[in-house]
Amino acid sequence: MKRARLGKLLGTLALALAGGALPAWGKSGWDELNMPRGVTNVSTRIYALHMMAFWVCVGIAAVVFGVMIWSLVFHRKSRGAVPDISLTHSTKVEIVWTIVPVLILVSMAIPAARLLVRINNNTDSQLSIRVTGFQWGWRYQYVGSNVSVISKLSESSTDASMMHSGISPTSVPHYLLSVDHPIVVPVGEKIRLLITSIDVIHSWWVPDLGVKRDAIPGFINQASFTIAPDKTGTYRGQCTELCGRGHAYMPIVVHAVSPAAFQAWLKQQSALDKEAAAGAPATAVTRS
Amino acid sequence: MAESHDIAVHAEHDHKPHGWRRWVFATNHKDIGTMYLIAAGTMFLIGGLAAMAIRAQLFKSGMKLFDPAMFNSLTTMHGLIMIFGAIMPSWVGLANWMIPMQIGAPDMALPRLNNLSFWILPFAFTLMIASFFVPGGAVAGGWTMYPPLMQQFGDSFPMLIFAIHLMGISSILGAINIVVTIMNLRAPGMSLLRMPLFVWTWLITAYLLIAVMPVLAGAVTMQLTDHFFGTSFFNAAGGGDPVLFLHVFWFFGHPEVYILILPAFGVISEIIPTFSRKPLFGYEAMVYATASIAFLSFIVWGHHMFTVGMPVAAQMFFMLSTMLIAVPTGVKVFNWTATMWRGSLSFEPPMLFAIAFLFLFSIGGFSGLMLALVPSDYQYHGTYFVVAHFHYVLVPGAVFAIFGAVYYWLPKWCGRMYDMRLAKWHFWLSVIFVNVLFFPQHFLGLAGMPRRIPDYAPQFTDWNMVSSIGGFIFGASQVLFPYIVWKCVRSGKPVEANSPWDGAHGLEWELPSPAPYHSWTTPPSAAVLAHGAEH
Ligand code: HEM
Ligand SMILES: [Cu+2]
Ligand SMILES: [Cu+2]
Repeated sequence: MKRARLGKLLGTLALALAGGALPAWGKSGWDELNMPRGVTNVSTRIYALHMMAFWVCVGIAAVVFGVMIWSLVFHRKSRGAVPDISLTHSTKVEIVWTIVPVLILVSMAIPAARLLVRINNNTDSQLSIRVTGFQWGWRYQYVGSNVSVISKLSESSTDASMMHSGISPTSVPHYLLSVDHPIVVPVGEKIRLLITSIDVIHSWWVPDLGVKRDAIPGFINQASFTIAPDKTGTYRGQCTELCGRGHAYMPIVVHAVSPAAFQAWLKQQSALDKEAAAGAPATAVTRS
Repeated sequence: MAESHDIAVHAEHDHKPHGWRRWVFATNHKDIGTMYLIAAGTMFLIGGLAAMAIRAQLFKSGMKLFDPAMFNSLTTMHGLIMIFGAIMPSWVGLANWMIPMQIGAPDMALPRLNNLSFWILPFAFTLMIASFFVPGGAVAGGWTMYPPLMQQFGDSFPMLIFAIHLMGISSILGAINIVVTIMNLRAPGMSLLRMPLFVWTWLITAYLLIAVMPVLAGAVTMQLTDHFFGTSFFNAAGGGDPVLFLHVFWFFGHPEVYILILPAFGVISEIIPTFSRKPLFGYEAMVYATASIAFLSFIVWGHHMFTVGMPVAAQMFFMLSTMLIAVPTGVKVFNWTATMWRGSLSFEPPMLFAIAFLFLFSIGGFSGLMLALVPSDYQYHGTYFVVAHFHYVLVPGAVFAIFGAVYYWLPKWCGRMYDMRLAKWHFWLSVIFVNVLFFPQHFLGLAGMPRRIPDYAPQFTDWNMVSSIGGFIFGASQVLFPYIVWKCVRSGKPVEANSPWDGAHGLEWELPSPAPYHSWTTPPSAAVLAHGAEH
């Protein structure tokens, strides 16, 4: 049977490829298969919605492909199948296969709509950060303080990404996913982002936070997230709207720390910024 | 069959100009159709080379074949060339060949317009490709051409816009010709609801083209005046609105994706009944499903912009309208499945491509459905998951349907049969490696790889390598196709019967093979019509 042969071929091919790329095994590139569950309530709910939609699709595929494969196997001319030419329409089945999909779709749309409303509720935040995209990096301003962070691709990644660098990306920690100045946010608090851009459209995305919003010149978009209190750590993301030659080179790195550690960081940062402003105005301009 | 015999005799009296005049001054629907297909094939090759370059650059993390700006030009031009240069002209070429033959007409209604709409294209394509070689290189803002990024490119920017104007004019003229032909030149007795589905889907596609190509032209012209004449349509600093462009572009863009796929639905609806030896299940439902897809395609554009910050109500509306499209699309797939059900199936190359279409287009439909759920789309948007989605609907969808159509009708066009064994090789290589190429891209997108990037973090290397290897083999296998066609036209085994396919029905199969230069110089008689439409 052709399908079996196809399966075998694919299997062999996968094996051959795995053999060819053996050193990559263990780096766990192969099990990068699915959306991360993430660390916010929203991101976990998006993950659940995604998996629900996936299994619904698998279910529909099993039925529809099953019928197709049945025909391919049993209704073939070489098996002496005689066509049933009277089978040209049936109002009954046609109604069924219109109504049933509608019901399935409604059952998917309801949780999606609920979550959509939830995600777009940006009220009651405890901290606001202004995020400004530029070619190519991000600037973060902590509203209500003088702290401002300019975040660009880390030096080691920048060096390695140069045309004739000769530096292997695996020797660089978090190649293309690390920045010089990560932003720091507290866990357990609702954080609202006010996202804009000064030049072209960018998009701020951190998969683990379940946030993706476009940074558009002339607009201020909102997005918010609350990291689960036990999920301190580092979360990485990238720009997801083509913004020119540096599009692949403006990652996002978020350090999630305890609220106390965050306050300490903010204070220290604010003092640093004041010092810089007093001591060297020129660098202050470029930094903030 | 007396009628056919008369036509065969008549065919020998064809006068056609010889040499270059036959082509430059072409007014014959078959000659023009052939030129369209050759042009499309050439563009498919160029767009394919760009794709190979992209897959080479993405072979592993840290690969540095191209400068990032050049890489962006490659992805941009790949998209534009494939959509406007390869798929759309292929469909117009097939329409030219088949519509007069299928509705019992001698030719297209407006042959000189037909000549014009074809001959605009080489100029448009030349302009588009030449933009690679001007200072600053080709436009690199993606095929979606979003401002303000689009405003940052050099001489290639106006060149691309003029090329789009030209291609738009060509499409509109071609579409008008198709509508006029179908409305006016049907043989007596060929009522609308007796038309073959390829004709139906093309009729609806032609209306879509007439409706949205001017919208695209308007949108890019506004960018042009923003750039050269100081207007601020999309320039926030001047009081304009970059998001306006996205709305206008996708108001064109979503119907556009149906322009690419509706004729494919038509082709599949021709091929499956033939090789199932059974009439199409639910003919009328198919027509209405196509019409409702076309209508819905005008009210779903916002699903490309869920992350731009539309009001929740608008996002909700676009989510629901998009999900609604899955219903008529499902009806089509179910009808094709029911056509095969209790048929008598055989697996000649056109049928193989049609079956692959059924399975793989459906996979693209499933990922489309997942993308329609806004919260999930927040994660998928702008990643390789979207790239996988639209390649599933466009490559094993539209492109496989084009291959199927050529393998189906080529024996009629040239009166010769192609090498079936080679065509099956072409099929199996294509169907296996298209999956090796695109399936892993779902994983990459979900794992967090953005689209349109020339380099990526090392953990994405493994699946990218698989995808690139699939891409190289898929690409290389396509060389078989022009070879098979060329060999068939030159030295294929002559087909004596009107139809090489025992299950085929339709007026085109009532004509002798090869089809006479002027298809139906006298309208087919009622008897021929009845025979053609039998069952
Ligand atoms: C069941 C039917 C379909 C649904 C529900 C659907 C849904 C979607 C959605 C929601 C997106 C936006 C994804 C994003 O950027 O976040 C999308 C993108 C896309 N779809 Fe579909 N789609 C369907 C069928 C098709 C078909 C038939 C085609 C073409 C033949 C197509 C071509 C595309 C293309 C080209 C894009 C990407 C455009 C770009 O960003 O460059 N889709 N689709
Ligand atoms: Cu970007
Ligand atoms: Cu769309």
